[in-house]
Amino acid sequence: MVNKELANKRSIFKVNKLNLWYGDDHALKDLDFEMKENNVSAIIGPSGCGKSTFIKTLNRMVELIPSVRTSGEILFNGKNIFDNSFRVEELRTRVGMVFQKPNPFPKSIFENVVYGAKIHGITRKSHLMEIAEASLRSAALWDEVKDRLNDNAYGLSGGQQQRLCIARSIAIQPEVLLMDEPTSALDPIATAKIEELIIELKKEYTIVIVTHSMQQAARISDETAFFLMGELIEKGDTKGIFTTPKDKRTEDYITGRFG
Amino acid sequence: MSCEIEHKGTFNTLLNINKIKKNLTRRIMIDKIATMIFFGSTLFALLVLGILIYRIFTQSIGWLDLQFLTSTLSIFPEKAGILGAIIGSFLLMIIVAPVTIVLGVATAIYLEEYASKSKFQSFVKMNISNLAGVPSVIFGLLGLTVFGRLLNLGSSILAGGLTMSLLVLPIVVVAAQEAVRAVPGFLRDASYAMGASRWTTIRKVVLPVALPGILTGSILALSRAIGETAPLVVLGIPALILRIPTGFMDNFTALPIQIYYWTLDAVLTREYANLAAATIVALMVMLAMMNSIAIIIRNKFQKRY
Repeated sequence: MVNKELANKRSIFKVNKLNLWYGDDHALKDLDFEMKENNVSAIIGPSGCGKSTFIKTLNRMVELIPSVRTSGEILFNGKNIFDNSFRVEELRTRVGMVFQKPNPFPKSIFENVVYGAKIHGITRKSHLMEIAEASLRSAALWDEVKDRLNDNAYGLSGGQQQRLCIARSIAIQPEVLLMDEPTSALDPIATAKIEELIIELKKEYTIVIVTHSMQQAARISDETAFFLMGELIEKGDTKGIFTTPKDKRTEDYITGRFG
Repeated sequence: MSCEIEHKGTFNTLLNINKIKKNLTRRIMIDKIATMIFFGSTLFALLVLGILIYRIFTQSIGWLDLQFLTSTLSIFPEKAGILGAIIGSFLLMIIVAPVTIVLGVATAIYLEEYASKSKFQSFVKMNISNLAGVPSVIFGLLGLTVFGRLLNLGSSILAGGLTMSLLVLPIVVVAAQEAVRAVPGFLRDASYAMGASRWTTIRKVVLPVALPGILTGSILALSRAIGETAPLVVLGIPALILRIPTGFMDNFTALPIQIYYWTLDAVLTREYANLAAATIVALMVMLAMMNSIAIIIRNKFQKRY
């Protein structure tokens, strides 16, 4: 039943034979991957297995690191993101990202949220205010900050800062949100809030989340992929992966025998 | 178990408390000596500065007054003033400030944000650092050849300003490079991840965060420029200017030049030494003002992240 519903959804990302090297280091090996719209895909695996590298490849942020080479293709809505005609700025506008450590700009809360809107040409104050309010509401932060929009973002708690970063990302209405261990720097209460938010956001966005916590993957994702040493070992709907893993290595990892 | 005890035994002989005490006495003494050496070094510099300031102030007393600040040159020491030199130095800064800040910051941004991390880039960086150490006389010669003769600017304010800009440009480049490099990568990532181009990211994220460092470096460079004498001497900037400059193509004189020539001429007229001292005080006040501005700017714009 669940699987059938998945199969009917539109494919947002389709990764074919993706390889990536850091210099001589082969970090991603022959990855094939598909992501459906309005799904939460969780990527799990031990440290250094290529999870973060993989999602940073989806918005080509990985290329900011010198000496990175890639081969293969990643189709985003059917178009290869590595094509010269696909501008990286456009890709990153449509595929947003939330980082491991909250990274607001040293500006006011308002300026943080409207940063993307401003660089994409929206200047009128009333429009910016509308965008700020809608984004902060979506990120479940509005009630906490509505009276201090002009305060510096660094006055917020870690969890609030991370929700501000989420608000900042969704303020430019991307189709996909990539999240790279978004709760690893947060306490359990802040983590729970972010998880609730992700479940809420999934109605409008396709979400890919890298996580170290298998409980988190189990709680919030529809599909889970297990990475090991740069390879995709197993991928399927979350329930299946956690109850009846097909691969021995997946089973060992999720039962805590290594990693 | 026995192995553990044995191990503890060797440990005790190695780190015997009596040995430690003896050693400690020695170390505390060395620490005291070190403190004295460092304090002494600081004291020496302060002492020299103190003597300098004392001598200059005592010499300038009675000479540094409103009449001195608002009069032009005169062969009579009692009537002489430094208005021309103050205006000259001020106009010089009006050229040096924009030229060095624009060129210096642009160079720093190119080297840090655009240039690929290649051998060429490290070669350029090394050369800029070397330029910062080239004697100012040599910059004066360069200015004389290029601006004074080749571009036919003579010994105008423009020629002096451009020469001075070259001299302090490396200081601004190095300071701006360091300020730009100190901007954390995660702020750039946040901007790029929203589809910002490189220039947008630099303009909206990198430069605002690097601004305090850039401004501090720039003002320190200007402080250096306002006090430099050698390049202006080589350019043939005279001390005897009876007409106050009104444009950038006019001949001019500057405070350090005035100090230089009055000191030289003190052999002829003894009072000139007092005039030089008074001018030094004026220059030092200007320097102190510029440095205070640098500190105020740094404190005002410094942002936490």
